[in-house]
Amino acid sequence: MNAIADLARAPTRRVAPPPTALFSRTGWAIVAAALAVNCVLVPIAALVVPGTSPFAISAYGLTLAGKIMCYALAAVALDLVWGYCGVLSLGHGLFFALGGYAMGMYLMRQIGREGVYQSDLPDFMVFLDWKALPWFWQGSDSFLWALAMIVLVPGTVAFLFGWFAFRSRVKGVYLSIITQALTYAAMLLFFRNDTGFGGNNGFTDFKRILGFPVAAIETRVVLFVATGLALAGGVVACRAVVRSKLGRVVTAIRDAESRVMFTGYDPLPYKLFVWTFSAVLCGIAGALYVPQVGIINPSEMAPANSIEMVIWVAIGGRGTLVGPVAGAAIVNGAKSYFTAAFPEFWLFFLGALFVAVTLFLPRGVAGLFRRRGA
Amino acid sequence: MSTAIPRLAASGAGSSGGGESGYGHLLREGEIDVSHRVILYLEDVSVSFDGFRALDALSLAIDDGELRCVIGPNGAGKTTMMDVITGKTRPDAGRVSFGQSIDLTRMRESAIAQAGIGRKFQKPTVFEQHTVWENLELALKGERRWWRGLAWRTTLDEARRIDELLATIRLEDEARRPAGLLAHGQKQRLEIGILLAQEPRLLLLDEPVAGMTDEESERLADLLVALEGRQSIVVVEHDMAFVRRIARRVTVLHEGRVLAEGTLDEVKADDAVVEVYLGR
Repeated sequence: MNAIADLARAPTRRVAPPPTALFSRTGWAIVAAALAVNCVLVPIAALVVPGTSPFAISAYGLTLAGKIMCYALAAVALDLVWGYCGVLSLGHGLFFALGGYAMGMYLMRQIGREGVYQSDLPDFMVFLDWKALPWFWQGSDSFLWALAMIVLVPGTVAFLFGWFAFRSRVKGVYLSIITQALTYAAMLLFFRNDTGFGGNNGFTDFKRILGFPVAAIETRVVLFVATGLALAGGVVACRAVVRSKLGRVVTAIRDAESRVMFTGYDPLPYKLFVWTFSAVLCGIAGALYVPQVGIINPSEMAPANSIEMVIWVAIGGRGTLVGPVAGAAIVNGAKSYFTAAFPEFWLFFLGALFVAVTLFLPRGVAGLFRRRGA
Repeated sequence: MSTAIPRLAASGAGSSGGGESGYGHLLREGEIDVSHRVILYLEDVSVSFDGFRALDALSLAIDDGELRCVIGPNGAGKTTMMDVITGKTRPDAGRVSFGQSIDLTRMRESAIAQAGIGRKFQKPTVFEQHTVWENLELALKGERRWWRGLAWRTTLDEARRIDELLATIRLEDEARRPAGLLAHGQKQRLEIGILLAQEPRLLLLDEPVAGMTDEESERLADLLVALEGRQSIVVVEHDMAFVRRIARRVTVLHEGRVLAEGTLDEVKADDAVVEVYLGR
């Protein structure tokens, strides 16, 4: 009863409000430093520093780093649903690929008449003897349309899937298996030439983006910077979601869904929001990935790709948002080294890494830096 | 999403303006019609699981403001009854209504909770990763729409309300600790705090004193007795000392139906009850 008496005396005192800051001061400093490196140091190293200098960044290095940042953004998106909502998606590769395809369609139209067949239609359509653009390719020559599709296509697919899955209260391993089946089915669909997305070859041989040559180092630097900004924005946005009351409800759903329902919250819209938001972020990552890597094909939807994403999150530290960034960087950095140096041992190494992290770092790499348990 | 409350019959909810007449009375959305003193009806409710009749034409009425104890041997259907009231289990047959007008059998769990029924589980269920303070904050009666949760700030009034609740369940010193680190009895108290935070009209408590010390259970009894008249409470309990301390009316369930109803002494004297439950 003392607490009430105290309150009566000091009416403005709040006894124990939860911390509300988005990041600690150190956290913001790290974000700012990362952005400075991304937006200033890397462009200088790539464009100004002469190629002979040890500080220079090659086009290869730039593309590799940009690619890894796309993976990192996808990992952050996956961590939002897995780490905070307890929904283990084994199908996030689908959303990544859908965003990539939406961007790829625009890049195909940017080729113009410079393709092998010198037609207004993309080469694969000429090859299939199509005479006109199918209806779903209309508008794909507009960059704004492409941007809208990058958000809307993965978002809509995720929303519809989530609506049915969450409304039917499909959970746990069953949901994981369905997401896996979803991406596999989509892969088979995209493998077909008739689907209208280039079949198993997908899209490649891009020439330009917004009129600028895709292979030029300046374009690559801009894409790199954009990817870095998207990654930072994704981490900050996810953090904001997680720290909001909505985020606290979502975490509560993960830990005790029935208690959430009997407290008067309907879990469906909460789950649906984070699920769809996560898919959109993943789609953005895929869209940034395609112009840098120069190809998108249905193998991006292969179940193994989605599972690899889960490994990035697990190695980095589930439910930390920053950990998955590190996880994606560690695994993909190691992958690019191993597949060049000892190609046949890469999968063994990946397996060993996963086992080692599970055994010795159950909270992932981020767990090493965590001061107190949450 | 939609929190529309299905209505059983046109009990004057329209604009017919028969406010003072005998039958129709004006009812606002979200208001519970207790014009016949009864807040919860169960009528001929039956539930079967794979041929096992968990509830067999169970009928029960709880008055507004009443404190009712439900006892019965294991398998008598006590928890199933709570599942039916809170929407977790749909009855195969029968009617469950909250007040005169709200049909609970057609509502989702969350809508039932919003309508004003709070439930405490047999095994204490709290948000283990959240602090005690956050547990109560999430449970506070008020905004439940998801998009409002993105930019939600707890107001000073709400913070004070949480402090009051912390004092009521005597967990002030644990406010900043994650609920998962609490002792069993503390979790039980926190869950009761979560219930009180929702300000329900009807509380359903499934074995609330399991795992509590004698002192804690005495305090809970005092709290429930203090709430009597303001909130209706249904307690399922095995601990007869606790039942004796709080109960006005006791309902004995057996094999999914009501075996006896009355004061504890009346019930204890009932031959059928002695045979199935107390006598052994």
